[in-house]
Amino acid sequence: MTTLEVRDLVKEFTLRSGLRRSTLRAVHKVTFTLVPGRTVAVVGASGSGKSTVARMIARLEKPTSGTITALGPDGEPVRDRAYRDHVQMVFQDPFASLNPFHSIEHHLARPLLLHGRAEGREEVREQAAQLLERVNLPTALMDRRPHELSGGQRQRVAIARALAPGAQVIVADEPVSMLDVSSRLGVLNLLARLQQEDRLAVLYITHDLATARHFSDDILVMNRGRIVERGPADAVILDPHHPYTRTLAAAAPNPELRGRLRSAEPEPKAATDRDHLTYDHDAGRWIDIDADQPAAA
Amino acid sequence: MTTHNPPPRTAPPAPDAARPVLTVRDLNVVYRGDRTVHAVKDVSLTLHRGEILGLAGESGCGKSTLAYAVNRLHEWPAEVSSGTVTFHDRDGHDLDLLALRDEELRRFRWSKLSMVFQGAMNALNPVTTVRAQLEDVLTTHRPGMSKQQRRARCAEVLDLVGVEPGRMHSYPHELSGGMRQRVMIAMALLLDPQVMIMDEPTTALDVLVQRGILREILRLRDELGFAVVFITHDLPLLLELSDRIAVMLRGEIVEYDTAETLYRHPRHPYTRQLLESFPSLTGERGAFLRATGPASPPAAGPAPHDQARPAGSTR
Ligand SMILES: Nc1ncnc2c1ncn2[C@@H]1O[C@H](COP(=O)(O)OP(=O)(O)OP(=O)(O)O)[C@@H](O)[C@H]1O
Ligand SMILES: Nc1ncnc2c1ncn2[C@@H]1O[C@H](COP(=O)(O)OP(=O)(O)O)[C@@H](O)[C@H]1O
Ligand SMILES: [Mg+2]
Ligand SMILES: [Mg+2]
Repeated sequence: MTTLEVRDLVKEFTLRSGLRRSTLRAVHKVTFTLVPGRTVAVVGASGSGKSTVARMIARLEKPTSGTITALGPDGEPVRDRAYRDHVQMVFQDPFASLNPFHSIEHHLARPLLLHGRAEGREEVREQAAQLLERVNLPTALMDRRPHELSGGQRQRVAIARALAPGAQVIVADEPVSMLDVSSRLGVLNLLARLQQEDRLAVLYITHDLATARHFSDDILVMNRGRIVERGPADAVILDPHHPYTRTLAAAAPNPELRGRLRSAEPEPKAATDRDHLTYDHDAGRWIDIDADQPAAA
Repeated sequence: MTTHNPPPRTAPPAPDAARPVLTVRDLNVVYRGDRTVHAVKDVSLTLHRGEILGLAGESGCGKSTLAYAVNRLHEWPAEVSSGTVTFHDRDGHDLDLLALRDEELRRFRWSKLSMVFQGAMNALNPVTTVRAQLEDVLTTHRPGMSKQQRRARCAEVLDLVGVEPGRMHSYPHELSGGMRQRVMIAMALLLDPQVMIMDEPTTALDVLVQRGILREILRLRDELGFAVVFITHDLPLLLELSDRIAVMLRGEIVEYDTAETLYRHPRHPYTRQLLESFPSLTGERGAFLRATGPASPPAAGPAPHDQARPAGSTR
């Protein structure tokens, strides 16, 4: 069982255009903790820094400042080498992460062998078949190659592969955004079950507010690199405080409001006056992370 | 999201029955192999000028296969086994798309009919900037344009999809997934095509950005009269967006009607199941996990292989 502590994470990128350079602060002072058996969802604007946080946790990107610490069951920090076994990613794009020349079995066999979870052809095949069943794919797909599957099927293979090595912390960056509703529920239920069984700590990045609410314990809402609202899933979705969260929640597709898109009324825009503040439901107040103190309400 | 405010709009122009822009007749597409997969079965659709046609259905039902075949982008082992696809050009000519030769096809694609592919955010060339890739399309299809005009047009389409034009100097890996997806939509808009086929084009976007883009598409449709085939499994989104909706199940169109009728009086049991299977944002927590299983297609025929099994209650 591993706990992941993320403290004051900052990431800056340098942007070039010809000779001009500028700095983009993609992630600003992000702090949260992932606990075994619990899921934290991250929702928010496209480009707000969600994947950058995920990539820093997966050590694909170095933080500009701040810390990420994995703590083992004894409360001691997990050593560098074990970190990769403990922390597994499920990526946003199934297309880029599967090799078109290899069979599905090969994709699953590699991590199984690499992490010593199976030995010998028979056992590998058996375990690969089990993994496919766990992501609701027929074992007959084992000998196919990625391009012979539909987009949804490919994404499920990518998820199975991430599950293969066994993990304590799972960072899932839009793992189901390409799946249709029923497959989404199947995969998310699967993740939820695995989490209960293995006491996994899960970070679930998504644009789907409904599944964020139903499948997570806590929600972080990001906008422009900052966490603008945080708290228990129901509180954040049912009682949003930050103007950005409110606008986001109100924009979810709603068949009863058909024709809304076609109306002459402009799309509602969130007020920006509180963009630098965080509403924390657990604390029950606004927080100004730059001032490191409660904000005047 | 952009500086544009959509101008006041009256009721959407009713699709002009006399002026179809794309006709698909009895199209069949198969994947050849040890086991032939009949992915598209006898599909007939008519897209009118200015129409937004939604194509809905679950993963694996054949939506992408249909989109590829219509744009002649299918490759072996996919094969159109029968049927016709006709493009009715603005200038009055009819083009038999399935008979076009390579050179004609190259000229046709992007300029008259553009496509946003599923997972398109990964289709950008990783070694050149966004600007170079957008300008490349213009240089090929609009050789008369000056450098300045090209630059301005690229900035314009990026702005339409809510990507700050200054970011055009970025390489694809420097953009977020949703930003790359928006660049691909911008590319499809670049040449003012008469038809856009968009295959799950907004899966990587938050709903606010998504709505901004859909509004721009509706606005441009009203201004320029182009038509869109919008493919997604997100039926609530299609209900807000489309004039008509076609529901696909295992390669067949099982229901094809106006968005309004389809929502109020769905006739096919599968359509009803699709309509009921969406988790509610504000409903009882966890309720839909137990109560509403996924939409499982009605009993006819074998279940498609990538149908999700019923969601168990796990929490
Ligand atoms: N390697 C990089 N170089 C420069 N800028 C980058 C790089 N990676 C990310 N960025 C920028 O950082 C910001 C945050 O990107 P990130 O991918 O974290 O967003 P996101 O919240 O995951 O968005 P989406 O929902 O669209 O996936 C964006 O403006 C992006 O362009
Ligand atoms: N290259 C291929 N070879 C064999 N079968 C394929 C290939 N591509 C797709 N299929 C099959 O065709 C069906 C339709 O796939 P697709 O058009 O991608 O569905 P959708 O876009 O609706 O998710 C699926 O059963 C899929 O497995
Ligand atoms: Mg992302
Ligand atoms: Mg598809």
